[in-house]
Amino acid sequence: MSSIRLLIGTKKGAFVLTSDGKRKDWKIAGPHFAGWELYHLKGSPADPNRIYASQSSGWFGQQIQRSNDGGTTWTPVDNKFAYEGTPGTHQWYDGTAHPWEFKRVWHLEPSLTDPDTCFAGVEDAAMFKTTDGGKSWHELPGLRTNATGPDWQPGAGGMCLHTILLDREHPERIVIAISAAGAFRSDDSGATWKPINKGLYSKMMPNPTAEVGHCVHHIAMNPATPNTLFMQKHWDVMRSDNAGDHWTRVSGNLPTDFGFVIDVHTHQPETVYVVPIKSDSEHFPLDGKLQVFRSKSGGNEWEPLTRGLPQKDCYVNVLRDAMSVDTLDDCGLYFGTTGGQVYASPDGGESWSAITHDLPAVLSVEAQTLP
Amino acid sequence: MSTVRVELPQHLRQLAGISGHEVALEIDAPVTLAAILGALESRYPALRGTVRDHYTQQRRAFLRFFACEEDISLQPLDALLPAEVCDGKEPLLIIAGIAGG
Repeated sequence: MSSIRLLIGTKKGAFVLTSDGKRKDWKIAGPHFAGWELYHLKGSPADPNRIYASQSSGWFGQQIQRSNDGGTTWTPVDNKFAYEGTPGTHQWYDGTAHPWEFKRVWHLEPSLTDPDTCFAGVEDAAMFKTTDGGKSWHELPGLRTNATGPDWQPGAGGMCLHTILLDREHPERIVIAISAAGAFRSDDSGATWKPINKGLYSKMMPNPTAEVGHCVHHIAMNPATPNTLFMQKHWDVMRSDNAGDHWTRVSGNLPTDFGFVIDVHTHQPETVYVVPIKSDSEHFPLDGKLQVFRSKSGGNEWEPLTRGLPQKDCYVNVLRDAMSVDTLDDCGLYFGTTGGQVYASPDGGESWSAITHDLPAVLSVEAQTLP
Repeated sequence: MSTVRVELPQHLRQLAGISGHEVALEIDAPVTLAAILGALESRYPALRGTVRDHYTQQRRAFLRFFACEEDISLQPLDALLPAEVCDGKEPLLIIAGIAGG
């Protein structure tokens, strides 16, 4: 019988949650790296016991940890992330030029086929790659040196590269997103990149339809339909059916279309999930009700999913990498909150229960479906 | 050769798998901050980049160095350390800035 392993990154360590395929009873292991911020952990699709973790601290900098046994034991690997050549400048919050400075790794995306290969999305925004299991990291500089780079600017959380999507059908395609630059795509394994932000409208920008500068919060894709992408932008939920060449707004009847997470059902490529957040200045659910919204039509028509979720006095946030789906026949969904709750739904969002209420603020959730 | 004692913040002891508050390092004279940090990183590679920046080799912003109740954070890395530190009577303290959270 299959089992589920959840990799949870929090403000104060990492936790590994496990359950059998019923997804009712969970064991919690951790904290690993207690006291450190764990922005993201992710397992290799080619070897689920190979897990990479981004461990960081404002005091002590960046670490990368690697596990070869499903998160039971860990080994620190290389933590040097050096921009290639002269880093150049991007826009600072006040519009002045600011030099690229490495701060942390936001997202780790292991290769679909090779456990020793992994991509890292970092702040200040750039792509790095290891091909030796983390023993060394090198930049894919074509992204940072894109002609639009000097116009990129940080969002409130920093100028982070937070989303990396790989595609089995198009092995040389990589889609990434940066706050606040927008989405970019490479069709040559990361050598060159182009902005893919046509159709986005960001009213806080001097030119709301500019080629770059959009605060994309997250992008999700069903692997079976890789040309269809769903985006949660700062405001607006968007979709593209041509791998990002053009986007269409699908916020429809959402009560608010601000939010961070977005994900797609494993077996239903037109079933999409978001967690609406009140606004960019009030990062909590509308009316104190924690609601996941689901669209079964690829957007525009949304329904609230509330069974088992707190429907009063709830003022947590769900951050951009804190939702994940499993691949069991009855697709399971998971998300974590800044209040330390991790919620699970074993039935595509119809019902929810808290696996735990009491972790540190959750930064990321990744589900692994194990044989 | 001197045996120098170095006290580390909890996070770094955890990262390097160090039990106890201190490590003892054998250092060839002259005993300087640079020599101690080099020996520390050589013995515990996981600490590279955590006390001083990988590339500038400068002290990370929220860390300070103390010896014999003196703040020596702003001394040049190649300055000689007090005799009490060189002969192991006093530890070199690597202190992380106090913060909540």
